[in-house]
Amino acid sequence: MTKLLSDFAVGQSGKIVKVNGDGAIRRRLFDMGVTPGAEVMLRKKAPLGDPLEVNLRGYELTLRKVEAACVEVEA
Amino acid sequence: MKTFALAGNPNCGKTTLFNALTGSTAHVGNWPGVTVDKREGVYKGGAEKVNIVDLPGIYSLSPYTPEEVISRNFILDEKPDGIINIVDATNLERNLYLTTQILEMDVPVIVALNMMDEVEKTGDRIDVKALESAIGVPVVAISALRKQGIKELMDRAISMSAQRKGTTVLGGSLAPKIERARQFFAATNVASPLFHAIKLLEGDEIELRHSGAKELFTEISAGQDMEAVVADERYKYISAHFSTAKSKKETQVLTKSDKVDKVLTHRVWGLPIFAVILFAIFHLTFAEDLFYINTIASACGNPLPTFEDMGYAVSEGTGMYENFGIALAACFYDGAVFSPGVILTNILNLILGYASYGIGLGVESAGAAAWATSLVNDGIVGGITAVLGFLPQILTLFLFFSILEDTGYMARVAFILDRIFRRFGLSGRAFMPMIMGFGCSLPAMINTRTLADDKERTATIRVIPFFSCGAKLPILTAIAGGMCQLFGLPSVELITFSMYVLGIVTAIICVIVMRATTMRGEVPPFIMELPAYHMPGFKNLMLHLWDKTKHFVKKAFTIIFVSTVLIWFLQSFRWNWTYIGADDMGESILASIGQLIQPLFTPLGFGSQLGSYGWVFAVAAITGLIAKENVIATFSVLAAMFVAGFEGTEEGVEEAVVMIEATGMTPAACIAFIMFNMTTIPCFAAVATAKAELPAGKFGGTLVFWLVTSYLVGTMIYAVGEWWWTVFIWLAIAIAAATVIILHNKGKIKFPKLRKKRA
Repeated sequence: MTKLLSDFAVGQSGKIVKVNGDGAIRRRLFDMGVTPGAEVMLRKKAPLGDPLEVNLRGYELTLRKVEAACVEVEA
Repeated sequence: MKTFALAGNPNCGKTTLFNALTGSTAHVGNWPGVTVDKREGVYKGGAEKVNIVDLPGIYSLSPYTPEEVISRNFILDEKPDGIINIVDATNLERNLYLTTQILEMDVPVIVALNMMDEVEKTGDRIDVKALESAIGVPVVAISALRKQGIKELMDRAISMSAQRKGTTVLGGSLAPKIERARQFFAATNVASPLFHAIKLLEGDEIELRHSGAKELFTEISAGQDMEAVVADERYKYISAHFSTAKSKKETQVLTKSDKVDKVLTHRVWGLPIFAVILFAIFHLTFAEDLFYINTIASACGNPLPTFEDMGYAVSEGTGMYENFGIALAACFYDGAVFSPGVILTNILNLILGYASYGIGLGVESAGAAAWATSLVNDGIVGGITAVLGFLPQILTLFLFFSILEDTGYMARVAFILDRIFRRFGLSGRAFMPMIMGFGCSLPAMINTRTLADDKERTATIRVIPFFSCGAKLPILTAIAGGMCQLFGLPSVELITFSMYVLGIVTAIICVIVMRATTMRGEVPPFIMELPAYHMPGFKNLMLHLWDKTKHFVKKAFTIIFVSTVLIWFLQSFRWNWTYIGADDMGESILASIGQLIQPLFTPLGFGSQLGSYGWVFAVAAITGLIAKENVIATFSVLAAMFVAGFEGTEEGVEEAVVMIEATGMTPAACIAFIMFNMTTIPCFAAVATAKAELPAGKFGGTLVFWLVTSYLVGTMIYAVGEWWWTVFIWLAIAIAAATVIILHNKGKIKFPKLRKKRA
């Protein structure tokens, strides 16, 4: 079952299956290691609920909910 | 001399390595066309001297940020003799992603595996030899912070062969496609055909511009999502071969960094902690009553005594304690314990005080003419003393912000605040340049290059001066100090702090208005790394501060020095070029210029209503355009004219007292004056930077924006301060303006040709 990264609960993890979005955002996500096949874990949400902090490829990445909505994850 | 370029991710220790390699030979310049810092230096520790160029920190060589384009073009066009690719060993996977792209270029590469000590500390290990044979270029484990392995790195770099053909880790089904594209580029005779070929495969905008490239791209990609495939293949290769570094993160529960992070970005406590840290920084930099010890003691009925209370005499001529030991002790404590920033300021002022006293005596005994004595004492020494006196607090502030930056907390601040910033139409990333604005607008404006969107950049650059910079601080502390003395207000810091807040509020309102009117656009993406927390390197901090000091002192002795002497001349001479002396300053050239523009400032409270001496504020506001330090330097020069034998000391507080007393300015007018200077056109250096950094055609509007904003803010403050009920009028105007903007944006109303300005 796939789920959008933006719908994850804190602590939930899964494998990325697809990255959507337009040119620059998509490219940026790829460059930061958000590629199909990568394991991703939602580490925390910012005090105001957005942006999100995820752990992937051994480091911490922050992205907004709208950007996380481009990422489909197999939970 | 060979040239090596240093390339790597942000936060991987690149700057530390650069500093370790080049030491004192480093100098900062600009990349042609853009104003991203270009740092160069010479490494002298090896068999031959080599030139080191520090490329901007990047994650990839895609053409989406100026930093990426600069790095890409430098390697392709300038053809350095080698690339030193610094890789953070604790974060191998993502760092090697850039490495795989650099390897595709026809350039010798050596990999510096940084922070190996950190990796070993966690019980993990990376097989350097295996990595080396896998990627086919030398790999050297180093610790930039502890300066380990640097000699070996450079020795191997220098002895690398001068030629290298690009190689790629991509293979399998991609191989024939890459080969097709490579042959296409090889036929056009460009350098690094392999690199171009793979970039084309990724659908790279720059590569698609080559003639025939688009057709080739459509043909090879055959409808497949090549961008995803290539990125995926790179990471697949890396994780298949070098997954060792990953193992620990998965097994380990919480690193020290994670624990710190849990507190600092806490759901509830994250924002309050940030506010406390910000306040603590200001307290440690500016407080004249550290930890409120004296306030508390006074509240308990035992105010702490000053040295004067203890019976030590103050010298008439210098305003300092006669006994040198006591004068020195009074730098640290005098009725209250001072904060580190204030202590440093006091010590410098003590030295400058003695120096200017000595110079004064020397000039007097040499029997110079009255005008010459005045030139030296009031013009030159007075002006320089007033300006240099601010240096310690500017540097203390810089130090704290550098620590926040280097520890990795700044990135978390962007994380915490992004949601709030988005409401104003900016990304959390805009926060960094803005907070840097508190130190100096110049680096802050330059730093807006991390913002990808032109409209967001323009809006940010315009409001950066409202984040009161170090040079504006003297205006604040001097006038706030003067106000406390004259009107019996309780706390200099509180006034200073509220002025800072007011500046921020002004900035926020302006950004909202701009993003709703002239600078409309989508909020740019916010996808960034949160680096692990680590202790900042002492040497890096000091080098950073030294840069700032050099910059400031240079400014002090050039622009500010010249303008101070110019002002001294304008206010000491009549139009017929005769020397006036201390008495009749009303006849000076400066006074007539000031009188001419004085009425303009009437709505702000420091115009016509101040009477015959009111022009001093008009003059100070003008000299402030040359450099904000000049506002108080001008006060200092002018105060010497009001009070015979006046010495510029004490952060300009005495000057402000003299000025306010002589003109009979009201507290509201004082605040309006501060805010006017904070929000008006910044110093010439910042104006020049803004011109260079702003997208084409936005500069004129920016100048108008600054003038209109500062005039409105000053007027509003003065009006509300004097007649509180005018607050309702301002509110009504604001609501009306907001309604018009909202209705217009919704398409409900249209203006035919009306040029909108900010409300």
